[in-house]
Amino acid sequence: MTARRTEIVYRICWTIALLLLAVPFIFPFLWMISGGFKSTTEIFGAPTLIPRVWRFENFVEVFTYQPFARQYFNSLYIAATVTVLTLFIASLAGYALARIRFAGAGLLMLFLVMALMVPEEVTIIPNFFLIRAMGLIDTHWPLILLPVFGPQGVVATFLMRQFFLALPKELEDAGKMDGLSRFGVWLKIALPMSRPALAAVAIITFLHSWNLFLEPLIFLSSLEKFTLPLALSNFNDSYGLPLWNLQLAATSLAVVPILIIYLIAQRQIIESFALSGVKG
Amino acid sequence: MAGSPSRDNAAHSARAPWLTLKTREMLEAWLFVSPTFIGFLIFFLGPLVAIFYYSTTEWNLLSQQATFVGLRNFENALLENPDFWHVVRNSVIFALGLVPLNMALALSLALALSRPFFGVVFFRTVFFAPVVTSAIAWAIVWKFMLQGQGGAVNQMLAWIGIDGPNWLREPNWAMAAVIVTRVIKMVGLNMILYIAALQSIPRDYEEAATLEGASRWQVFRMITWPLLAPTTLVIMVLTTIGSFKVFDHIYQMTGGGPENGTLVLAFYIYQQGFKFFNVGYAAALALIMFAIVMVLTLAQVMLRRRDME
Repeated sequence: MTARRTEIVYRICWTIALLLLAVPFIFPFLWMISGGFKSTTEIFGAPTLIPRVWRFENFVEVFTYQPFARQYFNSLYIAATVTVLTLFIASLAGYALARIRFAGAGLLMLFLVMALMVPEEVTIIPNFFLIRAMGLIDTHWPLILLPVFGPQGVVATFLMRQFFLALPKELEDAGKMDGLSRFGVWLKIALPMSRPALAAVAIITFLHSWNLFLEPLIFLSSLEKFTLPLALSNFNDSYGLPLWNLQLAATSLAVVPILIIYLIAQRQIIESFALSGVKG
Repeated sequence: MAGSPSRDNAAHSARAPWLTLKTREMLEAWLFVSPTFIGFLIFFLGPLVAIFYYSTTEWNLLSQQATFVGLRNFENALLENPDFWHVVRNSVIFALGLVPLNMALALSLALALSRPFFGVVFFRTVFFAPVVTSAIAWAIVWKFMLQGQGGAVNQMLAWIGIDGPNWLREPNWAMAAVIVTRVIKMVGLNMILYIAALQSIPRDYEEAATLEGASRWQVFRMITWPLLAPTTLVIMVLTTIGSFKVFDHIYQMTGGGPENGTLVLAFYIYQQGFKFFNVGYAAALALIMFAIVMVLTLAQVMLRRRDME
């Protein structure tokens, strides 16, 4: 009886501690949304969580201050493009590395591991001049090419390889018997079976591109080409001071949809990160 | 075989059928990996070679062309420029603050959340939420909350009678603020890795030890912790590397200030390379960063290996 009682007390203490600890994880989101509805005077006055006056105009001004709709669209289509390309390229390479024993495979793996170890900050300077030589400054190309072929693409390749290694081979052998080419086996048998891995790669790749900052900062200069993180950091007045209410309104617009998707699919999303973390 | 009968002509297969098959397999494999491989050559290996060359040149806005200066840039960084050691010091402080805090918190959360109980999904979701949020968005909100006057954090501190500092305007407080907000942003990832590791430990071990009369702490110290060692190593390496790479968070929250108090290596490289256009010097800095990351990784792996023997 007493053992059970201590267990219950123990649980309650833990839960209270966890609730307190959760505050700095939840509160910023609430404060962000609340700040997005406040007027400038209220932003600098005594802070309250519920705005005294709800200023919905902030969410209109966000779109007039910068081409925010265009910037939003940029982030969406770039992340979608990067995701589709990564899925295609990484699953092709991952399949070959898992299923075919070929000369150079070991060396290639070694190279790819190396690409994981080298921080992007190291290669970004030469890549800048490479992109400039290609005439692609202030275009979205570097934001697509560098992530697809950079460390993020390597993580995706390893994830796919790992998944294919664990798949039973029999179905693919049967496909070969039926006259499918290697490419046909990959497309018609291996890929449909690897939906969980493809989903994981899609989730981490999309989010990585969506949150990308260094590359847009370096390569983009015109406002209508900005992506969301760059646009968000750009809500400043002519003195370079932040226009807090607009910035927070814009940040809410960028963050809340992702949060809603996360809340709906949290299990899948967390698992995807766990997979890539273990691999990376 | 059946797929392309035309190529498997009788002459070839009669001589050495395994060779043709193997060659074809190899061609197919390289075709499959070619996009990855070509991209790797262009956007990784090429730049990696180029950075060694860049680091030996003087190349800036004044001298539009790169001139060979040998190890001049490295001398400049390591021996002459006081900024460099200040930046390294900041990076080390950042790592020394972030890594232990992150790992201790991640492990505690994982231990609390690795068993099913009421609310476990809620807590996991909450602690992981900042991980999927952009670092820029996270830094914007925290910068807003950490203002000296009227910031939410100082307001809350005032309730319990503490007069909070102007967090992001004083070098030491700014560093502390950047570390703590970064830990909150990223701890969920390590928590998840620890939870996965904890759940793969067979329950029998711990149950047996408890039956033998071991306390919770003894079970953790003698059974759980040693079994977690491989995971701890991976997490430690990844978190340390990550701490040296931190850029967007600092860019948005402090811009390296105040008084260069949060100017860390990744930010310094960006500043030198892309704001001041000291390309040669920035390249040398990038190589030094690469070396630091490599040494740290190898050191941790070797230390742990010795530990486990």
